[in-house]
Order: sequence, then C-alpha cells, then structure tokens
Amino acid sequence: MKNLLAAALLFALLILGWEWIAQASGVSAILLPPPTKVALYLAHSLQSGDLVSATLTTLRRLSLGYVAGVLAGLPLGLLSARFKLANLTIGTLALGLQTLPSVCWVPIAILWFGLTENAMLFIVFMGTVWAVLLATEHGIRQIPPLYREAALTMGSRGIHLWLKVLLPASLPHIVTGTKQGWAFAWRSLMAAEIYVTVLGSNGLGHLLHYGRELHAMDQVVALMLFIILIGFAADKLLFGPWERFLHRRWGLRD
Amino acid sequence: MSTPATSATSTPISAAPLAVPPKIRLRSVSKVFSGPQGDLTALQDINLEVNDGEFVCFVGPSGCGKSTLLRIIAGLERGFTGDADVDGHPIEVPGRERTMMFQDHALFPWLDVLGNVLFSLGLKPGLTQKERVEIARSHLQLVGLERFEKASIHELSGGMKQRVALARALAPNPRVLLMDEPFASLDAMTREQLYGDLQRIHSAFQKTILFVTHNVREAVCLADRVLLFSPRPGLIRSEFRVDMPRPREFNDAAAADLSREITAAFKRILAPTDTRP
Repeated sequence: MKNLLAAALLFALLILGWEWIAQASGVSAILLPPPTKVALYLAHSLQSGDLVSATLTTLRRLSLGYVAGVLAGLPLGLLSARFKLANLTIGTLALGLQTLPSVCWVPIAILWFGLTENAMLFIVFMGTVWAVLLATEHGIRQIPPLYREAALTMGSRGIHLWLKVLLPASLPHIVTGTKQGWAFAWRSLMAAEIYVTVLGSNGLGHLLHYGRELHAMDQVVALMLFIILIGFAADKLLFGPWERFLHRRWGLRD
Repeated sequence: MSTPATSATSTPISAAPLAVPPKIRLRSVSKVFSGPQGDLTALQDINLEVNDGEFVCFVGPSGCGKSTLLRIIAGLERGFTGDADVDGHPIEVPGRERTMMFQDHALFPWLDVLGNVLFSLGLKPGLTQKERVEIARSHLQLVGLERFEKASIHELSGGMKQRVALARALAPNPRVLLMDEPFASLDAMTREQLYGDLQRIHSAFQKTILFVTHNVREAVCLADRVLLFSPRPGLIRSEFRVDMPRPREFNDAAAADLSREITAAFKRILAPTDTRP
C-alpha cells in the first residue's frame, strides 16, 4: 500500500513536471504538448468513439492473428520436438525467421494481400508463430525424462502422454513463449498499422500516424500512452492468471 | 574372486518351491549398452524368479546393473536378450500392472496431490470418476496424507513427496511395485518412518515388491530376500534370505548381524574390481 502511494506520487510529480516544462519553457505544443491537452484529446476521442473503434479494430486484428499464430506454433513446436526431420526443417526455419523483425514482413504482406485486413493478420501471425513454436519445442526438450518414464509406467502413452504429461510439463516454457509471441505480435501490429492504411478501419497505429500528419502532437502522445495502457492491461489479463498458476503450483517466481 | 557361501549365479535363483508359478521369471537376461567407448555389459545372464507377494531387494555397488534390471522389468529398458515374463506374459512395454517409484519423486508439478494420485487411476478403465476419487483418497489415507490432497507438490517435504509417489504407484493396484532407491535422498528419520509404512502396506496388500538400494541395512529391514549384484559385468552374485518377523526395526540386532554378513560379501565384490586404472 505504501509502495503504491509512493508510486502514484512519483507519477503525479512526473506529470506535474511535464506540464510545468511544457507551459514555462515556451516550446511549441506541436513539439511538446502539455498533459492537459493530451488528456483533453483522450476525453474528446473517447467521447466521439474514434478511440474506442480504433481500439476494437486493433484488438480484433491482434487477437485473430495471435490466436492463429499460437494455434499453428504449438503443434509445429510439438512436431519439431518430437521428430528429427521436423526439427531440421521447421525448427531451423523458425530459428531463421524468428530473427527477422516482423515489420520486415510488411512489404511482402502488402504485395500479397494488398491494403487489407489480411495483410495485418499475416504480419501479426508471422510475429507470433515462430516465437511460440520455438518456446514449445524448447519447453518439451527441457522436460525431465523422468516425467515421461513415470507416466509410461502408469500406462500413459501416445496422445494421452502428449496431452496430459508432455504438454503440461512444458507449460512454464510455453507461457514464456506465448508471452514473447504476444510482445512480438503487438509490436509488429503497431508497425504495420503505421505503414499500412486499410481504408475504413483505423487501428490505434493509424490514429498515431494521422496525428503526426496533422501535427497534432497531443493526439500522438495520447495514443502512445493509450497503447502502453492496452499492452499493459493485455499482459496482465492474458498472462497474469497463467503466471499465478505457475507460481502457485510449480512454486515458480517470475 | 571369492565364491560367496550362499548360492551360485548361473542357476536360476528360485524362490520357495510352491505350486503357483512365479510372479516374475527372468531367464538368461542380458543387456549391453553400446557407447562411444565400446560396449558395456550392464547385465549378464540374469536368472531370477520372484513369487507373488515377495519383497526382494537388489543390493550392489554402482554400475552393477541393479537399476537396469528394474527398468527392464518396468518395460522402460528395451533391447535386452533373454526372456522376462510377468505372470507368464513377456515384458514388452511399460504398463500400470508394474508401477515404479524413483529416487526423485517424479510427481507432476502441474497437478495437486490428489491429481497426481488420480493420474495413475485415470488410465484404468471401468471406473467412474467418483470411484477414482474415492480410491485416490483412500490411498492418500494409507500414507497419512489425506489432509494434503489440495496441496501443491512443491509445498511438501521430501518424505511427503515420496509418500504421494507411493500412493500414486499403489492406487492402480499393480501386480508388481518397482522401487528404484526411493528413499535414498531422504534424511534418516524420515526414512525409518517410511520403512514402517512400507512394511505395513506390504503386509496389508501382499504386493510383489522389487526394491533397489545401496543400503544393505535398509534391504535387510525390508526384504524377504536380498540379492547381491556385482558390477562389470552386472550379475547376481549371491542371495540372502531374511527370515525375521515383521514389522522389523531398522536397528534390530538380528538385522544388524545379517547386514554385517551381506556387507562382508559386498566388500569382497568391491575389492577385486575397485582397482581403477
């Protein structure tokens, strides 16, 4: 509680300082908008519904692309951990593609899909899938062989062994991997939205981009803050429960 | 090499002559591990019969193949030669009629205590979920952990973990219980408690138990028969019957005498082979 108060106080001071510098320094609001103007923009755009619809658009793209990435990454990771050939092919490919920043997919996505939703989904998918794949594979390789043997002596094999033992046993790694995949997906989507304009459906990245074009720095800063907020909330909501579970059951700390 | 007084190796070491067929029958079982440094004969020509309900301990120095033999019977070790049967059926794959306990508890950290015991029951057909939970609870009661069914594994002490592992191994009602140094990493006090529990459970359920240990005293405290293994190549050198009433105390004087005799044989085995290059 005491820490929370101290943190709140610190942030309040930070904002006050920012307001003071913006007002007193005489720097143009185009370069450094004061927090009051940023707050005003936030209030207006929330009221007009622009921000809400942009957030929904962004979150829809993110969740669709991300879910597809996880759904592809998990089984491919299992395959890569299980079969030597899959490891040499899919595993190596994943290792290579993971080093490619996912914003590098933007040009080819535009060529293949045009300025469409599919281009967005493709970029998010590419940002997610390799991280999840590699984390799953790594997680399965890290499982103590003892778990497998203990399960075998209790009659577990085949699908049961994979679903009830190997997959849950690699959960700590899978959570880390999906979290990393999430971070990549979020970053790549923002980059994509700034570069790719899909007519009629603006995401948060688009609003940020328009803010720059209109020299509306209050909009830019407000969106940056909002994007931080969304990323933060999603992280806590999506991964918080898993991390709490790992902490409680495994006794793991993050 | 000195020849132990009790029994020779190449003839089958048979249990008491009974009309019932043995629970476990091994005929000239050998296992060779091929490695970069050449072949290593882990087990050579093992012949062994174990009766239903018998408690047999495998004792011997490291590398004598006693754990490998246990793993062969569990079905975890492939590529051996010879015949290995349980209840007249050749051992091919692991199965819940031969459950195993390990030195590391091998409990699953993603499940709670009850969930771990239920895991071994989940694969047993013909039971409703309610019956499974009942059986799991009764086995937790057996090892004195009924109050901990919701606990996570990392919250338990080493002794409690092995108790859960014992409950998990017993719950599917296996024909044979295989124990690979299950108490080796516990402190002395906890170990002695578990000797008591294991003897109580053995006399209540009359399970066939094969138990691997380094500890001669432990073997004498628990077993009907102690088999002494020698390394390189791994073979059964001698067998000792333990005809002492149960429950036995770890510190019984009679147990101490027999332990001394086995330890002496143990040392004779170690002496010629311990000249390392």
